Amino acid sequence: MNIPYILLTPPVPRDLALELPLDPFSLEILLVGLFLLHILFVNLMVGGAILTVFFELLGRLSARYDRLAREIGKTITVNKSLAVVLGVGPLLCISLLYTAWFYAANGLTGNGWILIVPLVILAFLFSYAHKYTWERWTGRAKQHHIVLGAASAILFMSIPFIFLANINLMLFPDRWTEVSGFFSSLQIGNVFPRYFHFLTASIAITGLFLSGWFSRKNFPMERVMPTFTRPEVRRMFYKLAFWATVAQVAFGPLLFVTLPSVGITFELLAVILTGVALAAIILAMMWKEVTSADHRIGRLYWPIVAAFTVLVVFMATGRHVYREASIDDHRQLVVDRTDKFQAVELATLMRIEAGLGVGQATATGPTGESVFKNCAACHAVDKVLAAPSLREVYSIYADNPSGIVDWAKDPGVKRPEFAPMPSFAHLGDEQLELVAEYMLEVGAPEGQDSGSDGESM
Amino acid sequence: MDFPLYFLDGIGNRLMFAIIAITHVLINHPLAIGAYPLVVALEFWGWRKGRADIDELARKVTFVLFLVTTTLGALTGVGIWLGAALIAPFGIGALLRIFFWAWFIEWFVFIAEVVLVLIYWLAWKRWAEGRMKKLHMGVGVLLAVMSWFTMAVIVAILGFMMGTGSWTADQNFMSAFFNPLYAPQLLFRTAYAMLGAGLFVWFLQFFFTEKGSDLRRRAVRFISIWVLAWTPVCAIGAVWYWGRVPEAARANLDVALMTQKYSQWNDSFLLIVGSIVGLVLLIALIGTIRPKVIPHFVLIIPFVLSLYMLGHFERAREFLRKPHVVADYMYSNGVRMDELPVFQRDGMLTYATYVRHRTVTESNKLEAGEDMFVLACSRCHTTTGVNALTDKFNTLYGSDPWDEAALNAFIENMHLSRTYMPPFPGNDKELGALVAYLQQLQATKRSVLGAQTRGVDVPPPRATGTASN
Ligand code: HEC
Ligand code: HEC
Repeated sequence: MNIPYILLTPPVPRDLALELPLDPFSLEILLVGLFLLHILFVNLMVGGAILTVFFELLGRLSARYDRLAREIGKTITVNKSLAVVLGVGPLLCISLLYTAWFYAANGLTGNGWILIVPLVILAFLFSYAHKYTWERWTGRAKQHHIVLGAASAILFMSIPFIFLANINLMLFPDRWTEVSGFFSSLQIGNVFPRYFHFLTASIAITGLFLSGWFSRKNFPMERVMPTFTRPEVRRMFYKLAFWATVAQVAFGPLLFVTLPSVGITFELLAVILTGVALAAIILAMMWKEVTSADHRIGRLYWPIVAAFTVLVVFMATGRHVYREASIDDHRQLVVDRTDKFQAVELATLMRIEAGLGVGQATATGPTGESVFKNCAACHAVDKVLAAPSLREVYSIYADNPSGIVDWAKDPGVKRPEFAPMPSFAHLGDEQLELVAEYMLEVGAPEGQDSGSDGESM
Repeated sequence: MDFPLYFLDGIGNRLMFAIIAITHVLINHPLAIGAYPLVVALEFWGWRKGRADIDELARKVTFVLFLVTTTLGALTGVGIWLGAALIAPFGIGALLRIFFWAWFIEWFVFIAEVVLVLIYWLAWKRWAEGRMKKLHMGVGVLLAVMSWFTMAVIVAILGFMMGTGSWTADQNFMSAFFNPLYAPQLLFRTAYAMLGAGLFVWFLQFFFTEKGSDLRRRAVRFISIWVLAWTPVCAIGAVWYWGRVPEAARANLDVALMTQKYSQWNDSFLLIVGSIVGLVLLIALIGTIRPKVIPHFVLIIPFVLSLYMLGHFERAREFLRKPHVVADYMYSNGVRMDELPVFQRDGMLTYATYVRHRTVTESNKLEAGEDMFVLACSRCHTTTGVNALTDKFNTLYGSDPWDEAALNAFIENMHLSRTYMPPFPGNDKELGALVAYLQQLQATKRSVLGAQTRGVDVPPPRATGTASN
């Protein structure tokens, strides 16, 4: 299909030699569905963290926003935990479907990848600290409190970035050899446009969420944010979601233009264009809400949420279509190579089973020389490696091969200059007798002509 | 080996991973699996007695559990996935294909666990009266069950890695649950978690109760009865588990060296378990009869000792598993037992993907040897860091330049004399290259960079053709 791409001769690894536990198509459905659920909470976590700091800063100008910020901050506790736990499912699916690609990206960006663990732990701890010190760190300590919140927001923002870098890198096997370290991987594909797309989406989705969250019936608005009215809050977050979605209209094309062409297909175009049309409808609905009177605002909330959900499904499907298309050719190479190797492996195994051997002397019974391989790491004829030489062994056991057998079964400790010899009782008497004979034969001062030296020494 | 290999040539991959995994186990066992049931029991007790102060104590303890388990606990759990993808992508990839459904169910349980933790903590004050209070305690009970269930699945997978039982024949993952180690290991870990939780909460309550108060006296008595009840179970589980190990790890223990190691462990094991159980029983007994006598630092001793006991178990388990990552199927360096003869005949570099050369020549020997080191040894050894090959060979052969023939003979047969190591997975030329590389390493002590810093190489295109045979 894509000729220039093939010519780059990417690395073609072999796949694992086990069947997938589920057919690829079902796995793909699972992956897309589970990923959507996960990314929803990631959006809410990141958007929540950013908006909390934003409104806390506004709160320096007008105290009412501080109350609002605090209430937004409270939503992070649940959303961030769900984001993490819901991430495991899609992680399993992607590791299964794209084993050779995903793990390759992980390995190539390894230090960044493993840094995710401490970064998330820190982000969570900071966010707890931020939440539970809100009432205590006031006055002059307020500055520190804001810094704490900002630090946790930055951490929250950095984690999706690392994941994104991996998801991106795995799509371009022909460029893997150019990567040396996490940062260099960022030059490949279009990490940054994707990341900005993600951040704005987080703001849009969190805006929409908060618009509903604060106007739900059992929210104690009068108690916790007495200076706000429900329609006011609702409108404010609608506006936020609206402008963020408008910004997406700018980032969207940028994202598309910067996509490496390998994965662009008509299917992808169709999916994306439908998404764009939907976005236009959503914008219109939101604008209608923003401009409607206080007692009417909120009527379109659920239709908007529904349309948004469909939009996100389209976007996620688009991503997936792109992913599939971009590694399609490469996957075929991997499958071929795996098959060919397995044929070689099978043929070899059959030869062995038929007693033909593989070309190494494994099929014949043990000889003194072959058993001596167990000993050769430490014992040599003339040299002292990690144990006395065979010359010395000969001088002790010349007429007593069974002494060697006894020793090998239960070695003592005689010479402090060596580490103790391990027991070889598991070889059995028969083999030990063979090796004892052999040792005495080659260890004998005049016995070099017995023809058994050479390579084993 | 068909993945770009992450390699930390200082602390070593194993240590990096062990830090994540052990932190997870040490937090998860006592603080999640053990402590939630204990806290629910406390809550129930306070509710029955109508004592708000006991309820408040349970709430404060829960706050600590919440803080630790949702951050360090949960994230080191995820970290096991992320880390395994780096240190053994072939191993985790294979296990994932075998255990997908088990892990998928496990994931649902994990979700339930997290949701329940959030509800249990966040709703404590809101669900304080009448039916809501009962509901709250119900959530706690469910949480305790879910936490335990996650462990029940993981233990099956751990047992499987040591002995695959009938799996190699029938490829059915349920065989993991019939592993002889399964039941004893689960019993031991459960009781251990309960015991550890008792000691931990006992320690924690000192910060939330006042000296000499009635609350502290009662709480200490309550917790010591808890500990007293679980200690014998833990001892029984430990002995039962340990007794089954030889059966499960027979393939390894057949070897004299393993037996030696095992009997050493056996002695220290009996000592450790005996002293912990004795000490804990003593402390718990005093706690029951004279709750005021035990100062908090005393509790740290059995807690630390019990962590040590767990560490001992994990280490022995890991060691007995070697040289395999999946028993009877795949070695720790990712080579499957079935492909080994192919590599030994045709060479491993011939088939490997991310290497610099396909065939060893006089001029590329050192680079090829380094690649062989990365493929064959780097999952377990570093060059000069933790478990360094330079140290290992120095102990064997001294620090004078190592003898070529000796290195050759050692590596060729290392699986015979050191059964915790897999066979060398290459042909004679590759062995020669590795030996040349090792000799150079002894002289230069230059460390090797992993794929995460150096990137990967692919041999020139023409050779790729040969590779695809
Ligand atoms: C790990 C290295 C090592 C290996 C492998 C090894 N040995 Fe030894 N062997 C030693 C050491 C060290 C000594 C010296 C022990 C001492 O004197 O304390 C020794 C000593 C001996 C002795 C002399 C005992 C004496 O009475 O002084 C014999 C015989 C012997 N080994 C036989 C064997 C046989 C047979 C094998 C193979 C089946 C073997 N060894 C494998 C390290 C090894
Ligand atoms: C499965 C993991 C594993 C692999 C792969 C592995 N080793 Fe080892 N090796 C070990 C362990 C474990 C030890 C024992 C460490 C100790 O001293 O406790 C060891 C010990 C050694 C020793 C010291 C033996 C002695 O008796 O003192 C040498 C030398 C050695 N390894 C070389 C190698 C070489 C060379 C390779 C690659 C061709 C290799 N190993 C691959 C796990 C491994």
